[in-house]
Amino acid sequence: MSEKKTKRRDFLFTATTAVGAVGAAAVVWPMIDQMNPDASVKALASTEVDVSSLTPGNTLTVLWRGKPVFIRRRTQEEIDEARSVKMEDLIHPEKDEDRAKNPEWLVMLGVCTHLGCVPLNDKGDYNGWFCPCHGSHYDTSGRIRKGPAPWNMEVPKYEFVDANTIKIG
Amino acid sequence: MQTQLKLDKEKMSDHDYRPKSKVGQWFNDRLPLLTLANHLTDYPTPKNLNYWWTFGGILTFCLITQIVTGLTLAMHYIAHADMAFESVEHIMRDVNYGWLIRYIHANGASMFFLAVYIHIFRSLFYGSYKSPREIIWILGIIIYLLMMAAAFMGYVLPWGQMSFWGATVITNLFSAIPLVGEGIVTWLWGGYSVDNPTLTRFFTLHYLIPFLILGLVVLHIWALHVPGNNNPVGIDIKKPSKDTVPFHPYIVIKDGFALLMFMIVFAFFVFYAPNILGHADNYIEANPMVTPAHIVPEWYLLPFYAILRSVPDKLLGVVAMLSAILILAVLPWLDTSKIRSAVFRPLYKQFYWILVADVLILGYVGAMPAEGLYLLIARVATAYYFLHFLVILPVLGFKEKTLPVPLSITEPVLGGSPNLAAARNKESKIE
Repeated sequence: MSEKKTKRRDFLFTATTAVGAVGAAAVVWPMIDQMNPDASVKALASTEVDVSSLTPGNTLTVLWRGKPVFIRRRTQEEIDEARSVKMEDLIHPEKDEDRAKNPEWLVMLGVCTHLGCVPLNDKGDYNGWFCPCHGSHYDTSGRIRKGPAPWNMEVPKYEFVDANTIKIG
Repeated sequence: MQTQLKLDKEKMSDHDYRPKSKVGQWFNDRLPLLTLANHLTDYPTPKNLNYWWTFGGILTFCLITQIVTGLTLAMHYIAHADMAFESVEHIMRDVNYGWLIRYIHANGASMFFLAVYIHIFRSLFYGSYKSPREIIWILGIIIYLLMMAAAFMGYVLPWGQMSFWGATVITNLFSAIPLVGEGIVTWLWGGYSVDNPTLTRFFTLHYLIPFLILGLVVLHIWALHVPGNNNPVGIDIKKPSKDTVPFHPYIVIKDGFALLMFMIVFAFFVFYAPNILGHADNYIEANPMVTPAHIVPEWYLLPFYAILRSVPDKLLGVVAMLSAILILAVLPWLDTSKIRSAVFRPLYKQFYWILVADVLILGYVGAMPAEGLYLLIARVATAYYFLHFLVILPVLGFKEKTLPVPLSITEPVLGGSPNLAAARNKESKIE
């Protein structure tokens, strides 16, 4: 350790190791990335749903990207209930106005944000949804009110193509 | 540690072994397999090992059973979301003896865990995890973790409702990780939900893990053969000596007898109650639109499931569940007592049985809905579980008045009753 001078050999050693590490990483990455969603999975990005038969107070469940999507045609009471909640009472504060642009229609992933179960309709302490797996309660806006789930049920990107058709994704 | 070094020197006699035949010598000089075989048969074993020590052999049997039945099932199973469920029914109805092989494999997983839990609690009672056996213990914990991973992925393969929703719930545990959690879950799934890509990779890993376990078992036994077996008295012994017997035939016969008894229990489940440990829901094909009313993991994961559910916060719940397992890895350093066997630790012995009861209670509430009284019990039991390892064990090592430990295994026998022998050695210490 008395000689601290860097020698040519040390430089070569470090440089070779560095190039080797980059090479190894370049080979490992494809092995890791192959597990990510492939092109065929990504291609199923959107789906169109006919909602003409849905009457107020009912929910339609459709499959989108392997996950259920709840399309709820809400009654006036449900809308009023959702909009009268104070923000400070919410675990994950979100305005109902932001979640349901058209108040009559609530579109969201039917996936509990705790561990991914499908919550049950018209159940729970807040007249919305109840997850049977670990007891999360959601309100009429699909917002988490009680239980272990950390977030509100996710609202996916969607639009009304015409009066009776919703395009999800 | 002085004694340990001396013991190692005595064990050097292993290397003096020389096969009798010329061919044997020729072979052994090139690959000393016969030396290894000789070491395994002559391996000096404490003469007082009781039946709780037979579960290592039983576990080896379980592993081999799972590998053999798994290989044969893989010849008929189809890892595809559209065909997996059907192919399992095909195995049950069409394949010659398919029902038998599948029932052995499915119940074999339960038997494997039954044996491993007895094996682990044996270690806890007799302090087998303590110096100088920490590495054996940690290897064991890694094997246990891999067993859980293999069992979980194996349960997904039939692609029933419990398979699908169990996979969904368990993979979603990773979404609790801040920032990168969602990305990791998508990566694990190979999509936006549990689907065909998830099934095929689980099948691959389910096939791989048993062989990783096999390798770790070799290390586990290797590490065991360095200090030798712990024993019910928990003292260091001279090897070989009056206190030991050769592994063959003494332990081979004893292990063999215990294995036969174990196989009777195994056969009872396979032939008389093959589905009693499973869930009826798994005979319904996976349906991503409907979650079963009550999702429950297999019985051997229930205590950890109860811990997960007892914490109202998602991330902390996952952290608590993982900690409950990982805390075992540092157990050799949490337990501050120098005395290994609970036989000489009157207080520890009581806390040991409270822990056993605590884990059983956690298992029970893990199977019940997470609400009301069950949730309360789960919370108390979870708190106690951590209290045992983090507070009781470290403190006990300093506070507990242990009983005198005999100097050798034969001493209590030759010197009359253990109490008399113990009384004479009041000042004796373990090292």
